[in-house]
Amino acid sequence: MNNNRTSAVDIAQNVRNNVKTAADFIEEHLARIAEHDGEIHAFNLVLAKEARARAAEIDEMVAAGRDPGPLAGVPVALKDNMCTQGIPTTCSSNILADWRPPYDATVVTRLREAGAIFVGKTNLDEFAMGSSTENSAFGPTKNPLDTTRVPGGSSGGSAAAVAADFAPISFGSDTGGSIRQPAALCGVVGVKPTYGAVSRLGLIAFGSSLDQIGPFAHTVADAAIGLETISGHDPGDSTSIQEGPLDLSRKLELGVAGLRIGRITDLPAGASPDVEQRTEEAFDALRAAGAEIVDVKVPAFSYGLTAYYLIAPAEASSNLARFDGVRFGMRTASTDTNRMYMATRTEGFGDEVKRRIMLGTYALSAGYYDAYYGRAQKVRRLIANDFSAAYEKADVLLTPASPTVAFEMGDKASDPLTMYLCDTYTIPSNLTGHPGMSVPFGTGDHGLPVGVQVLAPALKDDVMFQVGAALERSAPQRFTGSGEGGAS
Amino acid sequence: MSIAYINDDAFHPSNDDYERWSKDGWEMVVGLEVHVELATKTKLFSASPNRFGDEPNTNIDPVTLGLPGALPVLNRQAVELAMRLGLALNCTVQKSTFARKNYFYPDMPKAYQISQYDEPINIDGWLDLPDGFRVGIERGHLEEDTGKSTHVGGAGGRIHGSDYSLIDFNRAGVPLVEIVSRPDIRHPEQAKGYINELREILVAVGASDAKMEEGSMRVDANVSVRKPGENFNTRCEIKNVNSVRSLGRAIEYEARRQIALHEADEPVVQQTRHWDENDGRTHTLRSKEDADDYRYFLEPDLVVVDPGIEWIERVRDALPVLPAERRAILADAAGQSANSEAVMVVAERGQDDYVMDVAKLGGDAGVALKHVKEAPELAEQVPVESLATLSKMELSGVITASQAKTIVAVMIESQNVDPEVIAADLGFEAMDNSDLEAMVDQAIAGQPEAWEKFCAGEGKAMGALVGAVMKASKGQADGKAVTALFQTKKP
Repeated sequence: MNNNRTSAVDIAQNVRNNVKTAADFIEEHLARIAEHDGEIHAFNLVLAKEARARAAEIDEMVAAGRDPGPLAGVPVALKDNMCTQGIPTTCSSNILADWRPPYDATVVTRLREAGAIFVGKTNLDEFAMGSSTENSAFGPTKNPLDTTRVPGGSSGGSAAAVAADFAPISFGSDTGGSIRQPAALCGVVGVKPTYGAVSRLGLIAFGSSLDQIGPFAHTVADAAIGLETISGHDPGDSTSIQEGPLDLSRKLELGVAGLRIGRITDLPAGASPDVEQRTEEAFDALRAAGAEIVDVKVPAFSYGLTAYYLIAPAEASSNLARFDGVRFGMRTASTDTNRMYMATRTEGFGDEVKRRIMLGTYALSAGYYDAYYGRAQKVRRLIANDFSAAYEKADVLLTPASPTVAFEMGDKASDPLTMYLCDTYTIPSNLTGHPGMSVPFGTGDHGLPVGVQVLAPALKDDVMFQVGAALERSAPQRFTGSGEGGAS
Repeated sequence: MSIAYINDDAFHPSNDDYERWSKDGWEMVVGLEVHVELATKTKLFSASPNRFGDEPNTNIDPVTLGLPGALPVLNRQAVELAMRLGLALNCTVQKSTFARKNYFYPDMPKAYQISQYDEPINIDGWLDLPDGFRVGIERGHLEEDTGKSTHVGGAGGRIHGSDYSLIDFNRAGVPLVEIVSRPDIRHPEQAKGYINELREILVAVGASDAKMEEGSMRVDANVSVRKPGENFNTRCEIKNVNSVRSLGRAIEYEARRQIALHEADEPVVQQTRHWDENDGRTHTLRSKEDADDYRYFLEPDLVVVDPGIEWIERVRDALPVLPAERRAILADAAGQSANSEAVMVVAERGQDDYVMDVAKLGGDAGVALKHVKEAPELAEQVPVESLATLSKMELSGVITASQAKTIVAVMIESQNVDPEVIAADLGFEAMDNSDLEAMVDQAIAGQPEAWEKFCAGEGKAMGALVGAVMKASKGQADGKAVTALFQTKKP
């Protein structure tokens, strides 16, 4: 581990003030990537050449007296399901292995315009379906803190990239916890913003009504600046909010005095004792900082997982139907069109993707719709109602982000249901569209990091960050393990 | 295919007509589903041009091709045109949503079509045919068109057995409104009348050019038959009807086919049937058991469409005078019925304004209508003042009807548009009654046999008598006046 990290905020300040060049920062990060990513495999693709060229441009701008923007020279890693013009965007799937999008995602455009430099495209569970990044067609990503363990998923590559300091900020997508759970497992900050706060244009869809892009960072302040950069209305995404960018960085020092922190008394059981204990300590820390702890009930919370595993696969079955071999991506030739579809999709998709396509197709089928998809949508409304009631009493809620610390590779790979339980605490906020973030808060078993999740009502991302920053200030050391097999 | 009997396509009813079997106590029940392409500048969910006839695959973009990461953004003009046609069809415009209709086909880029499903923008309207018959409109909803496949090689341009297929995505994403009628139609002529009237409304409100031959208007017919008063029987959907004339033929054929089945106690199987223009028959395309399960669900990439009362009322206020009302105004001015041939024809040409302008200048609308119907060029080439003058001359008897017709022809052909000058040039003068009477007497004297027959009540004999007068007057006599004179001479 690199213990002399420079935050994104500091990098940008140094570059803008001409204290240190973007080229120098990029070389440092590329060197770490070259040294360690062979083992960690955070990246599907490292953009060394492009990053160096962009760093030179940034430095020229500074030399010419122009401001490259709030993320000037900051190395940024992108989950490989965000479209980058002319650069392979694979979703870690064979079906897209050679696909180069003809356009940039809105987040990519906004980051570039803010002066960020893309160092690479990060690994993920194929099409963002998984909780360990073991479902990648290009091999798993390892947890930089302990390479015998998973980084979580599906944005495991992005979480690992920040944990290994390959980049101070990375971006992932969160459909059921795919940012917050790997953030917890890798000991970094991970944020799923309010649905609609960040444009989904150019994000390759998994569950369109659930997907949201958000940042990973080593610090809450870096996550804030990363999210500020990418958020705000985009006319290209009909579901994006009408408001401008989120206003977060200015709120981080406000503290939590007078805020009501909700404890969900009927939270589904399942978190391991070490995680439970750290979560309790987080409540204590906030109370000590002046917050009031209140008990709330969210009775429908426990139905979230089942509703999610109908809604997300249903949308996925439709979203992934376009991968048919006709217009782009992989094609397996066959004797007629229907056989070509079948052969292409059979070869191109991995098992978990196929499983979810089948689940979703079934849930939407005539005769089953009412019992499955229709009922899941009702449960979704129920969960939203329960959260609304809870937020009458509390400003934010606190839960574990992941039921356990990072587990060993191969541990759950053969048992999808166990794997699905990883998202128990994160899924409800995707169903409601509310924001959630995972903040490292000390360690659990094996000295591995524990993440505490802060949940807030829609568009209260700023209050969530306010609490996240307070947690960060009082958090114990986030890694005390031996780092056996770790990347230094 | 699982069809109740195998010989379905080999079964053909006798070629007798609608009147015959309707007398036998059967009636057809028809509902029409009409797809119209909206005349927008761009596509329903992207900025690519909506233009017919361009080079294949030039009007495309990531949304049109369904590339990963692309998202739809609803076209405001499409919503406005949909509302315009909905309001013209007396529909209620309501808050609406889009759904995904999922199925695989190469010219369907996303493998789902974005279409309004359970909450369409237009519901519960009606369309009145020129004869007053009212057809209910169930809904008029927005959806996107598919691309166009061309199957090369093999037989009949079908995908099955072809060597390869070419896809043009220019049409993919073009905005459509599907207008679904209630099953109110009982006669092929009503079906044709419905399509004609709908087309006129669509053109009048600027929603679509509604050309069946270019595919910007496509008609599917749901047909069943029953004994009047009984419950509806199983229906079949007829596709591939490419003209109004074919529509009449197809539903008549289909009704006869079903009647023959009923009369033979054979079941009518619910299915989609393909109209074959060449053999004049419908053929099984697919039966209901083979129907796709479209797995509709709410489109998560779009939000609710809520135009709001102000926008709706603005659109309603901006609607032009609709064809039915134009015909009523014209008919009223001309003293004819609204579904008379002259009124229908002239209004369809959009020349009713020209006739009404004649009336405004003090001319006679009825006379003007007659001439415009016969000579459409009038409206383009002859100033309205000239036709007004001409109509007054004719009405007052200064010139006869046939003289007026001659003058119209001259006005159109020459640059001379002053009917009075032309009348003078041609030596047309009003014939006074004494001249006429002399000619009538001459005709009676010259053809006593014809006169006797005429007096005995043989109307046909009149022809020869009037002919003689016309000959004597060198075609200048007014036929009506001549006939009247003969009547007065009867003993």
